Amino acid sequence: MKKILSAKDAVKLIKDNATIMIGGFLSCGTPNELIDALVEQKTKNLTLISNDTSFPNTDRGKLIENKMVKKVITSHIGTNPETGRQLHAGELDVELVPMGTLFEQIRSKGAGLGGVLTPTGVNTFIEENKKTVEIDGKKYIFDKSLGADVALIYGTKVDKFGNISYFGTTRNCNTVMATAAETVIVQADELVETLDPNEIIVPGVFVDYIVVRENNK
Amino acid sequence: MSPVIEELSKEKIREIIAKRAAKEFKEGDVVTLGIGLPTAVADYVPESKHILFQSENGLLGVGKTLSPEEADPRIINAGGGYVDIKQGACFYDAQMAFTLMRGGHIDATVLGALQVDQDGSLASWMIPGKFVPGMGGSMDLIVGAKKVIVAMEHISKGQIKILDKCTLPLTAYKEVDLIITERCVFEVGPSGLILTEINPMFSISDIKATVSANFVVSHNLKYMET
Repeated sequence: MKKILSAKDAVKLIKDNATIMIGGFLSCGTPNELIDALVEQKTKNLTLISNDTSFPNTDRGKLIENKMVKKVITSHIGTNPETGRQLHAGELDVELVPMGTLFEQIRSKGAGLGGVLTPTGVNTFIEENKKTVEIDGKKYIFDKSLGADVALIYGTKVDKFGNISYFGTTRNCNTVMATAAETVIVQADELVETLDPNEIIVPGVFVDYIVVRENNK
Repeated sequence: MSPVIEELSKEKIREIIAKRAAKEFKEGDVVTLGIGLPTAVADYVPESKHILFQSENGLLGVGKTLSPEEADPRIINAGGGYVDIKQGACFYDAQMAFTLMRGGHIDATVLGALQVDQDGSLASWMIPGKFVPGMGGSMDLIVGAKKVIVAMEHISKGQIKILDKCTLPLTAYKEVDLIITERCVFEVGPSGLILTEINPMFSISDIKATVSANFVVSHNLKYMET
């Protein structure tokens, strides 16, 4: 049985200067109430790893808006002009990583690997300052694995053992992030006794704490 | 009377390009469309042709766009738009999405670009100091897709976009197979561009004046449908 916390108590596990991962693709499959609680807590100097920085002052975008992030490692900031503004003003460090590479870096951390070899970005700007390896005549870029102190992820249905199932396109990067952080907190739309083992997408062993979404409209 | 080149409206440009790009798909193809103009390509695929559209946020079998009232916000496309799903669709996570994309399981992709060059390299993700949206999934998609189709306006605000060498940071190096604009179609061959189709409103010298790449004219040059 996993410990069930309020969003407010769960985000106390995130300290100033922490590296955090937050699941979601734009606003889909995002642990929005955990983000709201983190904003309320006013945690500072975070390093944020996420697919994108969402929209202005919306879910992950609220962390940018409230200047809680010193560095973001992400694949796309185009939907949030405030991220671009802070980048150009020198207020925020932005490391742009191809989306597939970012997910593989996270996956490799969770899988106990040192990193991955990818053809993505070969002979582009991405290759600068990276190791390359030639395998069977083809060039690959080496990218190190990437983990975090805390991952905030989303689940549609979560059971008391922490097992997670997803609806639609909400699973996105929540699944890999579940494997790659010291502490994993899942925000559940719905908490159930037990899920059918056949429908589980993320095994509960990866999850440390469950927060049940309060505003279930 | 000297010939006057009719100005094409934005809508007409979109239509010509999207209609032409849609012809590239074969029955049963798995296709990923980029955001913006390429998304419109889906509208020109005949219902009878079974094409599975893939979206990098974890959906194979993207259907039509839905209004917020009729949508379930838990199903989106990679642009964040609400969508329907087709029969045979499936959902998966990010890792599977990029296994499909990078791993060579996508038959064709249609993407926009800021610049494309005669070697088949393209730039689409940043203008240093001005516009830095990020590459998203485009770099992985382009290195992995079996056929890479650039669908874009021929020129943008007077700027030539088909070049001998891209000047902006590349999205991918030597990966483009086909370039479709409202004025013409170029194939990217092993020794440069081949003009294979032309919009009858334009002449070969019009095309020459609006690209700064070397190209040869195909022996089998055809007219584009407009």
